[in-house]
Amino acid sequence: MILTLAWCLPLLGALLLAFLPRWTERNARAFATLIAALSLLVLIGAWFGFDPDGPLFQHVWEVPWVPSIGVAYRVGVDGIALAVVTMSALIFVAAIAYPLDTREDSQQTQVHQYYGWMLFLMATSLAVFMVLDLLLFYVFFDLSLVGMYFLIGRWGHGRPQLSALTFFLFTFAGSLALLLAIIGLYLSLDSPSFDMRLLIEQQPLAGGGLYAGLVFFGLMLGLAIKTPLVPLHTWLPQAHVDAPGPASAILAGVLLKMGTYGMIRLPLAMLPETFERYALIVGLMALVAILYGALVALGQRNLKRRIAYTSINHMGYTVLGIAIAASFSDNLMAKQLALTGATVEMVAHGLITGGLFLICGSFWYRAGTYDLDSYGGLAQKTPWLAGLTLLLAFASLGMPGLAGFVAEFQIFAGTFAVYPWLAVPAVVGILVTAALFLDMLRRLFFGKLPDSSSEFKELDRIELAVLGVLGLEVVAIGVYPGALLGVIDSASVLLLGGR
Amino acid sequence: MPLGSLLPEIALLLGAVAIVLLASFAPRHRQVWAAALALATLLVAGVTTLAQWETPAELVFSGVWALDGMAIAAKLLMLCSAAAVVTLSPDWMYRDPRHGEYYALCLFSLLGAIMMASAHDAMELVVGVLLSSAASYPLAAYHRGFTPALEAAMKYFLIGALANALLTIGVVILFGLVGDTDYVRTAQVFQAGTDSIALSVAVACIIVGLTYKLGAVPAHAWMPDVAQAAPAPIAAFLTVVPKIGAAAALTRFVMLLSDTLMWPGVVALISAATMTLGNLAALAQTDLRRLLGWSSVSQSGYMLMAIVVAGSGGNALPALLAFLAAYALANLLAFAIVTHLRGRTDIEHYHGLAYGQPLITAALIVALLSLVGIPPLIGFFGKFLLFEVTIEAGYTWLAVAAAINTLISLYYYLRVIAVTVFKEPRGEVHVLGRWSGVTLFITLALLVVISLGFEAVLDALEPIALAAP
Repeated sequence: MILTLAWCLPLLGALLLAFLPRWTERNARAFATLIAALSLLVLIGAWFGFDPDGPLFQHVWEVPWVPSIGVAYRVGVDGIALAVVTMSALIFVAAIAYPLDTREDSQQTQVHQYYGWMLFLMATSLAVFMVLDLLLFYVFFDLSLVGMYFLIGRWGHGRPQLSALTFFLFTFAGSLALLLAIIGLYLSLDSPSFDMRLLIEQQPLAGGGLYAGLVFFGLMLGLAIKTPLVPLHTWLPQAHVDAPGPASAILAGVLLKMGTYGMIRLPLAMLPETFERYALIVGLMALVAILYGALVALGQRNLKRRIAYTSINHMGYTVLGIAIAASFSDNLMAKQLALTGATVEMVAHGLITGGLFLICGSFWYRAGTYDLDSYGGLAQKTPWLAGLTLLLAFASLGMPGLAGFVAEFQIFAGTFAVYPWLAVPAVVGILVTAALFLDMLRRLFFGKLPDSSSEFKELDRIELAVLGVLGLEVVAIGVYPGALLGVIDSASVLLLGGR
Repeated sequence: MPLGSLLPEIALLLGAVAIVLLASFAPRHRQVWAAALALATLLVAGVTTLAQWETPAELVFSGVWALDGMAIAAKLLMLCSAAAVVTLSPDWMYRDPRHGEYYALCLFSLLGAIMMASAHDAMELVVGVLLSSAASYPLAAYHRGFTPALEAAMKYFLIGALANALLTIGVVILFGLVGDTDYVRTAQVFQAGTDSIALSVAVACIIVGLTYKLGAVPAHAWMPDVAQAAPAPIAAFLTVVPKIGAAAALTRFVMLLSDTLMWPGVVALISAATMTLGNLAALAQTDLRRLLGWSSVSQSGYMLMAIVVAGSGGNALPALLAFLAAYALANLLAFAIVTHLRGRTDIEHYHGLAYGQPLITAALIVALLSLVGIPPLIGFFGKFLLFEVTIEAGYTWLAVAAAINTLISLYYYLRVIAVTVFKEPRGEVHVLGRWSGVTLFITLALLVVISLGFEAVLDALEPIALAAP
């Protein structure tokens, strides 16, 4: 019940916003923030009711929907899902509360609909992480596309409609591959059902063969496009650049996680033997994503594009962790470490990059450009903005004591134990990331203040509060990761058969 | 009493005749009464069809008329679709001073399509196809003063003449080989596998003949023209009703061939070609009705997926009917919107529709997303079942082709959705009338309700099987 409440609340809010006109922007935002915050509170409640020593899935609820094809409304979370979903809700609260950065007045009309779509997107995204029914997973996976499509297309800047279309087409292509694979999985059960627990328990395609390989390929293709893994990433940078800041924060913070979360939930849990065979290939692709993402990011002059490419790099770490967890190795400890690290990376990346994209939105709102060369010397003028950007950037590049480090350390420790030669080049990725973030900070905040920035304003109260909370969270996870790790570890251990 | 098995058809026939009489004698301002009469007829036919639902599947009239789940479900679907079309019509035909017989033609065409669905005899199939076609030509050209409509009807007629001739030739050859047109006898000859070349020619002719009514490659070319230029309610009618009848007829015919391996493969190729061609052609359209016409061609390709695997057991028939229902609802809704917006058809005229008519835009978005197959709308379930049965029967390549096609289709459907929401509004939006509005919202409500309660559809369709001799 409690999980259902968490995603139905925003859905109801979205309906209210859509069908009760006459909202002012201010009221709509306050209302949406309140709803999102309530949903977050409900999830925090679920956190307290979660027993790390209990069964894999908890807070389970099941209602039949289309029983004749084995579809039911099933929700439940394990430690991994709980961590990701709570982080997602937090990002949503932050993104909704954050000021919208569109400057074109023509698109400012009916802003209450923007908050309606935001809540709709929140409902569907949270549901993706909580459902235990494969078909429903697909349903919400696709519905979240619809929400994001309208957010980018209607309230974005640049060429938003093209970006929204590319985003939709790419991800939908992936989701169709996913659908075919899901049907393949479904048909492989003796009595077909979409119950994830059943699939995890029965392992219908154990032993592999061509069929299992095809199903695995379909699943991974769909999830890799969403993640996105190089070379399937081409939709991402433009979608980010043209989306409004808060939508970008959601895209990076929440939607990309559906890909990696799906990898843990579907192939890793349901087809471990097949994944094991291809783990090295997936690991190598992750390595490519890490290096490519970092190097291309280094070459960007556009603030938002640069952060978008670091997303590709960071999601590469996550996929690397998952590949290690799936790999053929006797070192169970290392695999668990990698899986926990991958999950922490999802949470950390969500918070950090979510925050960084919100900051991008603030830059656009103030100056209308993402060009790094048109900024400089802002450290004096806007110390809070500089300080928070600095904090998030350092967290992103893996500074010890901040959230990113906890994640990357575990992933690399796991990788080193399994494929040491893969870990070494991947660490180079961190070095490049450090370079690109330091370069970004230098160009934004130090040097000479250009004339155009003389009117540049400091963060307002709401921006400060939102970014402050995200920053605090990043520090908290970095300093005291135990609370988070305990819950995630419980799932990693169970999933990899350690208990 | 076998005549009782034909009650719905008899009701339709009597109703149509009564409408012709009424239209001949009623004054101009009473012509609209014909619509009410047509609705009443459809209601009677619907009730009598429902009464047949529980009866066990059987072949009546010496085995030439199938009274099985497939026929009855298809019939119900067609009756409901026709009812929607009839309720859309009075507002649209208001300007036409004498249009009573329009409704009679609709009923005749419907009757032909119903015959196609139930025919268990090749000769009877020909009669059904011809009745349905002959009544549809004047419907497509009903606006005599509108040149594109005449052109579309001419194309419809010419392709129809060719396809129907092929169908008849096929049936004649079949008769020559089998000595009978009855499906039971035909099936026996097919199983014996004698004189395969002549049989193949006959089968090919019959399949091509049926692709015409189905709007599938190679006889599909009329569909976009008719969808674009025929009166909007008729466009809705002709893209939905004959298709359902033809799908049922083709399924019945292909099932006779179940032991020969080649034919499912041929139908699979037709299926892939139809969906691909329909989608690629729809990409370039700037006219919504034409786009819907091409999308309707591509949807025929999806339907054929179930027909390909109909012979391999499994749940192909329920999947086909569920998909037909999903398609019919979404397509009717889309055309209901076009009708309600007074037939505005250029995509440019849909710019910013969301600002002036948010509810209608929402309906349009729902209809188009259902046609794409975005869950949890009914179109998704329809496609899902198709994918499932094709993969289960070993035609994975066809399912992959269909998935790629779905992706292509997303592009043009989204293009329409995008202009309604993202572009600046243009001028005021005029709507047609109360009837079309009510129909629109009933269809929308049905679509949403059935999507959420899809289990009921599956339950109803689950026991469906063809009547065996």
